Amino acid sequence: MAHQSSYVPKTGFTRWLDQRLPIIRLVNDSFVTYPTPRNLNFWYVFGGILAVMLVVQIVSGIVLSMHYVPNADLAFGSVEQRIMREVNYGWLLRYIHANGASMFFLAVYVHIFRGLYYGSYKAPREILWILGVFIYLLMMATAFFGYVLPWGQMSFWGATVITSLFSAIDQVIPNLGTAITHWLWGDFAVGDATLNRFFSLHYLLPFVIAGVVGLHIWALHVPGNNNPLGIDVKGPQDTVPFHPFYTVKDGFYMVLFFIVFLGFVFYAPNFFGNPDNYIQANPLVTPPDIVPEWYLLPFYAMLRAIPSKLIGVLVLVGSLLTLLVVPWLDTSKVRSCRFRPLMKQLFWVFVADCLLLGYVGSQTADAAWHFGEAELPLVWLARLGTLYYFGFFWVLMPWIGKKEVTRPLPESIAQSVLAKGGH
Amino acid sequence: MGPAHKSAGRLKIYAASCRNPLHNRLSILAFSSYGPRYFIAGARLATTDEDTTLANATSPEPTRRDFLYIATGAAATVGVGLAAWPFVDQMNPTSAVLAMASIEVDVSAIRPGQQVIFKWRGHPLFVRRRTAKEVAEARAVPPSDLPDGLARNANLTDTAPATDANRTIKPEWLVVVGVCTHLGCTPTVSTPQSPQGSYGGWLCHCHGSEYDTAGRIRKGPAPQNLAVPPYAFTGPTKIKIG
Amino acid sequence: MKRSLLALLALTVPAFAAEDLTQPLAPQKQAWSFDGVTGAYDRGALQRGFQIYKEVCAACHSLNMVAFHDLAAPGGPGFTEAQAKVIAASYKIPAEPNDRGEIFDEKGNRLTRPGILADHFPPPFANEQAARASNGGALPPDLSLIVKARQGGPDYVYSIITGFNQKPPRGFAVQEGKYYNPYFAGRNISMPPPLNQGSVTFSDGTPPTVANEAKAVVTFLSWASEPQLEARHRLGMQVLAFLVLVAGLLFLSYRKIWHGKPEDEGVAHDLPGSPTEKAEVGDPDTLSGG
Repeated sequence: MAHQSSYVPKTGFTRWLDQRLPIIRLVNDSFVTYPTPRNLNFWYVFGGILAVMLVVQIVSGIVLSMHYVPNADLAFGSVEQRIMREVNYGWLLRYIHANGASMFFLAVYVHIFRGLYYGSYKAPREILWILGVFIYLLMMATAFFGYVLPWGQMSFWGATVITSLFSAIDQVIPNLGTAITHWLWGDFAVGDATLNRFFSLHYLLPFVIAGVVGLHIWALHVPGNNNPLGIDVKGPQDTVPFHPFYTVKDGFYMVLFFIVFLGFVFYAPNFFGNPDNYIQANPLVTPPDIVPEWYLLPFYAMLRAIPSKLIGVLVLVGSLLTLLVVPWLDTSKVRSCRFRPLMKQLFWVFVADCLLLGYVGSQTADAAWHFGEAELPLVWLARLGTLYYFGFFWVLMPWIGKKEVTRPLPESIAQSVLAKGGH
Repeated sequence: MGPAHKSAGRLKIYAASCRNPLHNRLSILAFSSYGPRYFIAGARLATTDEDTTLANATSPEPTRRDFLYIATGAAATVGVGLAAWPFVDQMNPTSAVLAMASIEVDVSAIRPGQQVIFKWRGHPLFVRRRTAKEVAEARAVPPSDLPDGLARNANLTDTAPATDANRTIKPEWLVVVGVCTHLGCTPTVSTPQSPQGSYGGWLCHCHGSEYDTAGRIRKGPAPQNLAVPPYAFTGPTKIKIG
Repeated sequence: MKRSLLALLALTVPAFAAEDLTQPLAPQKQAWSFDGVTGAYDRGALQRGFQIYKEVCAACHSLNMVAFHDLAAPGGPGFTEAQAKVIAASYKIPAEPNDRGEIFDEKGNRLTRPGILADHFPPPFANEQAARASNGGALPPDLSLIVKARQGGPDYVYSIITGFNQKPPRGFAVQEGKYYNPYFAGRNISMPPPLNQGSVTFSDGTPPTVANEAKAVVTFLSWASEPQLEARHRLGMQVLAFLVLVAGLLFLSYRKIWHGKPEDEGVAHDLPGSPTEKAEVGDPDTLSGG
C-alpha cells in the first residue's frame, strides 16, 4: 500500500505470521490506519455499501442455489413453490436476493455519478475508474442471467430479446449473428440448454466481480481516495485513519441503507418486479409489454431510439464502451465540479438525461406525450436523450475542459476544512 | 469550542485506549503507536501550536463513552448473529418434507416369514411378518445376554428393556427402521432359504453386524438394536408410521 | 361495500365521457385486511374463500402449488390439522400403481386414493389439452399465483369476478361464446360469470352476496399467492425496529468519534463530514461556498 505501514505485531504468533503471510498487516494498512481524506462527504459511503451488498448477494445466492433447479420444466416450481413456500425462510432469501439486485444497482449508480461529479476518474485514477466500469458491465451481465432463472414470462422473453441483439451481426456478416444466437441458446430458441448455462454463468460471474472489486480497492489504495475538493492530499494533516472515522460513518449510513432495502423486502417485495414474471415461461405467448428491469431502462431507450437494428445495437454497445475512455475525454485540469461552474450544470443535465431515458424506456414503444392537439412521440425524446448522452462525453467534456474558467482551488484539504470550521 | 484554540492550522487527533489509560492518546501524525489493539474511543481536532506528535491528553471519561461503543458493537454483533439464522434454517427439512413424515401402509399381502420394505422419511422401513418359530426364538433370549439391553422402541419409554414383547405391538408384525445402527447401511434379511448371519434376523454386509428375529443386535460393531419407529395399527392390516 | 360502489361510480363516470373500448377499465380499489405494514388475512374470509374455491372455482381452475397441509399452517385459513386431514381425504388423488402395476381400473378410469396432508390440490383436468377442450379452447389459468401475476393484484381479480352483468356499450361486439367484462384486456372474457347471489351457503352466516363471495375468494387467493405474508409483516417489524436501534447507537458513536465531547476534553472542532453538518447530506455541493 502507498502509505508507510504502521503495523507492529505484538505477540509471538503475529510476529511469526507477519514474516510468512503479512495478512494482518494488509488488513491493518488497508482498513484500519489507511489515511483517508478527512473531508469525504455522504456520497462517499456507497463504496462500502456496495462491498457489503456484493456479499449479501453472493451469500443469499449460494443458499438459494441449494434449492433452485436449473431445468426448464422445474425451475419455475423450484422458485415459486419450493423456495417461496416450503423452504424455511426461503421467501425471505428470495426477496432479499431479488430486491438486493435493485439496491445494488441503486448504490452503484450513486457511486458512478459521484465519481463523475468529483472527477474521480482523472489521473492518477484512470485504472480505478476502468475497473469500476468493468464491474458495472459484469453486474449487468450477472443481473441479466439471474433474471432469467425464475423462468417466468419476463425471464424468458427478456432472455430472447437481449440475446437476439447478437443477430444484428447478420447485417454485417450474413448468418454469423444467427449462428452466435444459436450458440448462446444451445438450441433454436431460448430453452432448457440456455437456462442451464445461464445458471452456471450467474453463479460464476459474482466471483469474477469479487476479484475485480479486489483490484478496484487495490487501485484505490495506491493513489488514495479522491475527495469532494478534487485536490491531492498534501500531508498527514489532510487525512484521518480509516478506522474508526470512516468505519463508523460508513457503518451508520449502511444501516440506513439497509432500513430502506429491508423496507422493500418486508413491505413491498414486488415493487421492482413485474407481475408477468409470476406466470411460467411460455414460448408460444409473448406478454404485451416487454420491459427490462429498471436499471437497464436508459440503455433500452437508446436501443429503441434508433430505427436501424444494427445501428441501435452499436449505439447500445457504444454507450457502455464510452465510459471506458472518459478519463481521456475530460481535458480539464480541475477534478471536482465544485470548481467547474459550467461542467456542474452540464453534469446535472446529464443526470436528468439518464432519468429521462429511463422513463422513456419504461413506456411502450409507441407512447407519446399529448399537449392538446399536439403530440410528442417519446421516441423523439429518446433520440434527443441519446444525442445528449453521447454529446456530453464526446463533445462537451473535451471542449468545456479546455474553455471553462474554473474557480480557484483551495491550498489544501486541511486549509479548506479550517476555513469552514472557523464559523 | 474555545476560539483561542483555533488560532493555528495544526491538527491533532487524540484518542483514548479503553485498555490502558497510560496510552490513551495518540497522534495520527505519527502512526507509530497506532495498532489494531487500540480501540479509538474518542478523537477530536485540536488546533494549537504545540508539538504535533504525542501529547498528554486530558483524562477521558471511559465508562460513559466505552458503554456507547460496547453497546454499538454488541448490537451489531447480535444483529449479524440473528441475521445468520435464516441462512442456517433454510437447510433444515422443508414443510413439504415434514408433511411426508407420516405414511400409512397396507400389509395384508405380506405372507408369514416374508419381509416387505417401505420408504419412510427417506429410509427403508422393514415390515416383517414373523412365523411362530421366529417369535419363539426371539422370546427365548434373556435380555441380559443382549449387547444392547434397551428396547429402542419409540412407542415405549427410553428405559424399556429389550424383551421381544417390547419390540412389537402385535408379536406377528415386526416394524423396524432398516438402518444399521453402526454406520447407516441397510441390512439384508435372513430367510431359511438364504440365511444371513447366525441369528435368523438380518446381516449388515458393510461391517458384519448380525441382528436376530426381533431386530436386536447380537454380534458385530453396531451398538444398538434396530430402531422401532412410532407406529400404530389403524386396521387389522393397516399400519400408520410416523 | 359503499366504498366499492363509489369507486365503481368514480371509474365509470369519466369512462362515459371518452371511453376507449380497446382498453380495459382500471381495477376497482378495495380495502383489504392484508393491506399495509400490519396487514393480516381475515381468517373467516380465508375459510369462506376456500369454500368458494372448492365449490365453484375448482371445477375449472387448478391450484397446483397449494398443499393440504398449508391449510393448517400458521398465517393460513386456520384449519386444525384434523380438519385439514378431513379436507384432504375428501379429494381423490391419482393413485400410485397398485400391486399389479395398474393405474386404471377395468373400465379405463384412473385409479384414485383419498388425499393426505402431503398432497397438493388435484387439478380439474388431466392436461392443458383436456382443459382447453372443456372450455371452448380457452385455458383456465392456475390460481396459485394469480393475485401476484396480475397488474392490480387483488383489486384486479376482484374486479374481474364481479365485473360481469354490465351492458356492453352500444356498438361493442361481444364475440361468440364470450362474455363482456370491462376489466379484462380486450373486454371479451371466456370465463362465464362465476359467482351469483347464493352461489354457496356460508356456515358462519355471512350473506352470500356476490361482493361478499368475491371478497372472500380473493382473500383466499391472495393467501395462496403469498402464504408467508403474515410472517413477513411480523418479522419486518422486528428487523426494522432493531435496525433503527442500531442506527441510533451508530449515530451517537459517529458523532462522538468525529467531534468528541467538549465537556469532556475542553476543545473540539468539528471535522467535516460529521453528522452535525447536515447540509452536506443531500446535496453533493453545499460545501462549495468554502
